[in-house]
Amino acid sequence: MPATATEGEHVVEFYLPLIWAILIATAVFLYVCMDGFDLGLGILFPWFRHKDDRDVMVNSVAPMWDGNETWLVLGGAGLFAVFPLAYATIFPALYMPLILMLLALIFRGVSFEMRFKAHNERAQTWWDRAFCWGSYVAGFCQGICLGALVQGIRVENRAYAGGWWDWLTPFSLLTGVALVVGYALLGACWLIWRTEGPLAARARHMARRLGVATLGFIVVVSMIMPFQQSAFAARWFTLPWLALAAPVPILVALFTWRFFRAIDFTETREAQAAHDPTGRSFRWRDGAPFLYVLGWFFLSYTGLGISLWPNIVPPSISIWQAAASPASQLFLLVGASVLIPIILTYTAYVYWLFRGKVRVGEGYH
Amino acid sequence: MGWDFLPSALDLARFQFAFTIAFHFLFPAFTIGLASFLAVLEGLWLWTKRDVYLDLFRYWLKVFAIAFAMGVVSGVVMSYQIGTNWSVFADRTGNVLGPVMGYEVLTAFFLEAGFLGIMLFGLQRVGKGLHFTATCLVAVGTLISAFWILSANSWMQTPGGFSIDADGRFMPEDWWAIVFNASFPYRFVHTVTAAYLTTAFIVGAVGAWHLLYDRRNERTRTMFSMAMWMAAIVAPIQILIGDAHGLNTLEHQPQKVAAMEGHWERQRGAPLIILGHPDMEREETRVWLEIPKASALILTHELDGETPGLKDFPANERPTNVPLVFWAFRVMVGLGSAMAAVGVVSLLLRWRGRLYDSRWFHRIALLMGPSGLIAVTAGWITTEAGRQPFTVYGLLRTADSVAPLAAPAVGASLLAFIVVYFIVFGAGIWFLFRLFGHAPYPAESGPRQDEPIRTSGITPAPGIRHAGHGD
Ligand code: HDD
Ligand code: HEM
Ligand code: HEM
Repeated sequence: MPATATEGEHVVEFYLPLIWAILIATAVFLYVCMDGFDLGLGILFPWFRHKDDRDVMVNSVAPMWDGNETWLVLGGAGLFAVFPLAYATIFPALYMPLILMLLALIFRGVSFEMRFKAHNERAQTWWDRAFCWGSYVAGFCQGICLGALVQGIRVENRAYAGGWWDWLTPFSLLTGVALVVGYALLGACWLIWRTEGPLAARARHMARRLGVATLGFIVVVSMIMPFQQSAFAARWFTLPWLALAAPVPILVALFTWRFFRAIDFTETREAQAAHDPTGRSFRWRDGAPFLYVLGWFFLSYTGLGISLWPNIVPPSISIWQAAASPASQLFLLVGASVLIPIILTYTAYVYWLFRGKVRVGEGYH
Repeated sequence: MGWDFLPSALDLARFQFAFTIAFHFLFPAFTIGLASFLAVLEGLWLWTKRDVYLDLFRYWLKVFAIAFAMGVVSGVVMSYQIGTNWSVFADRTGNVLGPVMGYEVLTAFFLEAGFLGIMLFGLQRVGKGLHFTATCLVAVGTLISAFWILSANSWMQTPGGFSIDADGRFMPEDWWAIVFNASFPYRFVHTVTAAYLTTAFIVGAVGAWHLLYDRRNERTRTMFSMAMWMAAIVAPIQILIGDAHGLNTLEHQPQKVAAMEGHWERQRGAPLIILGHPDMEREETRVWLEIPKASALILTHELDGETPGLKDFPANERPTNVPLVFWAFRVMVGLGSAMAAVGVVSLLLRWRGRLYDSRWFHRIALLMGPSGLIAVTAGWITTEAGRQPFTVYGLLRTADSVAPLAAPAVGASLLAFIVVYFIVFGAGIWFLFRLFGHAPYPAESGPRQDEPIRTSGITPAPGIRHAGHGD
């Protein structure tokens, strides 16, 4: 790689793909965080059987969930635009899980709406099922895609050269389950934040268990991951990467401790608020467990990035080899650097507009 | 290996693409027009302060929320399918088309998703001015979306502003020439106008249906009247734009025009074949009804002008399904003419003060409800089937664009798409019909306040109380 190049042109060719790799990775991470919690609610449906609970759960994400999904579209379209070779090799390799995910998202998206429109209970039950299954399948397929990507994609002559079942391995199934559990945890933490009373209490109970399970999966996956490709192990067990990796377990432990404390805090806080409605409420701290889980996600995601680096299609295609021409990358970067801050601003505005606790049967005003 | 009974992966992928995009486009064709209609209604309400407009706004807002939602979920499929099924195409054209579609996401999709919520439920929350702004932004968002995607599609029809590198990839040289390629202005104007007409005829049909039962409901009368104004003014304009579009196509894709006209031989003073059937084996068209010299007149503006024929081109550069192009074109033009006729009749009735009393006319308007959707689909089939056998016209063949997929994989996904689309969108469309079944009434409630409509857009959650933040 032209890391040492002095010519301006080479500098551009070096940095543009780097900037875009970071931007696309950020878009995907934003998607995982944001759609993660609303998929998580669907995943939690079997444990919340009462209609009122389910209504509140769905209402709590109603304002933002499509905006959340748009990050997925940006991930896809962005890859097409700036790393076309990655788009053209990863997508055929992951054909089955991707198509299944799209179908699941259709079901989920439409049942979001139809479960409220259903005029009788039987119909509503069916739409609830569609919502729940749609969330499971979408989350599971995304996890499979992740695992399959980590294991590597066979490319010859700029095209996918594997079969149509290559994605199916024990490891990809493991990451599929892990992501479903992780999403469920995000969903539970979202409920701790945005609801109250028995519903929130249940969510706390679930979050504690799911927290343990998620941690378990993080540990197991992290231990297996370095052995998926020889380059990974070489990376993780040599300096300077080892030094970089060293603080990660410490941070995970720190977040874990804070996570369980934060859940306890919300519990006491709510009990006190019930006693003394006029006292200081500290309600904003209900969001803390959610943030610590995002911390876990962030650390795992960074770890993944370090393993793959500098490849975008492991094991053979680097971000520079997959990159579109500088002209293409620059053209879109000009727009992105103006538009993404604007998008983040109005997205934040909408989140702010719909802040606060969601309650049963309360009409919108 | 035992899979020989399946059509090839290429054919399956083609059919899957055609099926999913035709389905997708039905929704934007309606919502692009409806978003603008809603902006007009709200503007009229703010300006005249008449409640009729607010009632109509709320009535159509419910419809919009659902149609838009279905447009979004079917659209997400499209953006992934280019990679899964057309990966070679994606690799070759990514440098050029990728950024164009990237701009669509950044400038249109986020904008729509962001402001749809405020538009749907925010009327009480944010004040009239901001709410109207949100409605306008959503309407503008749908137009921006059409701008970019049609630019991408037009580039595939009439590529410009690029070079080809050693790997056979298209490389951008001049972004202006790429975005504003030769057929883009025509295609953009023609398609947006088509969307407006589609909406006008759906609104008109719903109005007509309710007029058949109750002629005094002021809301019904207003929406019927607005729709008929649109038909009367825009349908004739659409014919003129279509003619201009055709001339542009003649210049850049003559074999497509030859297929549309059903002409095999290059000739002077060619007749306009109204009805007939192009026979691909015998390479001639059986003519059932024709107007002498009319085709030459339309295409060259001279009675004895020369027009191309399919035999001018080598067999492997002609459209692969001439009858499809030929017939789809006739369906579109036939419906376009019928729309213009409805517009003219509405003007006559209006002039004689009988617009709301002519039951026969209301029945016709009802029948014409789906005409826009059908014409739009037929138009796209003309365009896309007429461009075969290329995906990038003259440069990249469809057969060379497809991903290295196994036929059973594509076959399975195609089947799954068909089943899921019919179930899910069938339910959605059925629900739309239930909404149409109610006449708009005074103090129309808008999307029901106790239930969210959130397949799309960031929409205010009903049931959210401003519980305040923190202490
Ligand atoms: C309400 C819909 C509608 C109506 C009434 C018409 N069209 Fe159309 N037409 C479309 C909707 C449409 C479309 C779906 O929007 C297309 C497909 C691609 C495009 O650019 O527009 C199209 C394509 C299209 C093409 C193909 C251009 C190409 O492939 O390069 C031609 C030549 C015309 N139209 C011409 C006409 C004429 C002469 C009409 C007169 C009656 C007409 N259209 C009515
Ligand atoms: C940017 C927008 C578009 C792109 C990138 C695109 C791309 C393609 C591609 C790659 C094919 C495959 C070739 C084939 O099947 O033969 C195709 C075919 C087709 N597309 Fe498009 N298309 C676009 C817009 C549309 C729209 C909006 C419609 C209609 C609503 C449409 C309708 C069709 C149809 C009907 C076919 C099948 C034609 C045939 O197989 O003969 N396309 N398009
Ligand atoms: C290959 C072709 C196409 C792709 C990849 C595509 C992709 C998409 C995607 C991803 C969405 C969802 C956006 C969101 O999440 O908010 C969408 C919706 C939309 N698309 Fe398409 N699209 C295609 C063809 C078209 C065409 C030809 C038009 C218009 C002329 C169009 C107009 C719209 C509009 C207006 C929406 C907003 C939703 C709606 O109005 O129903 N699309 N499209």
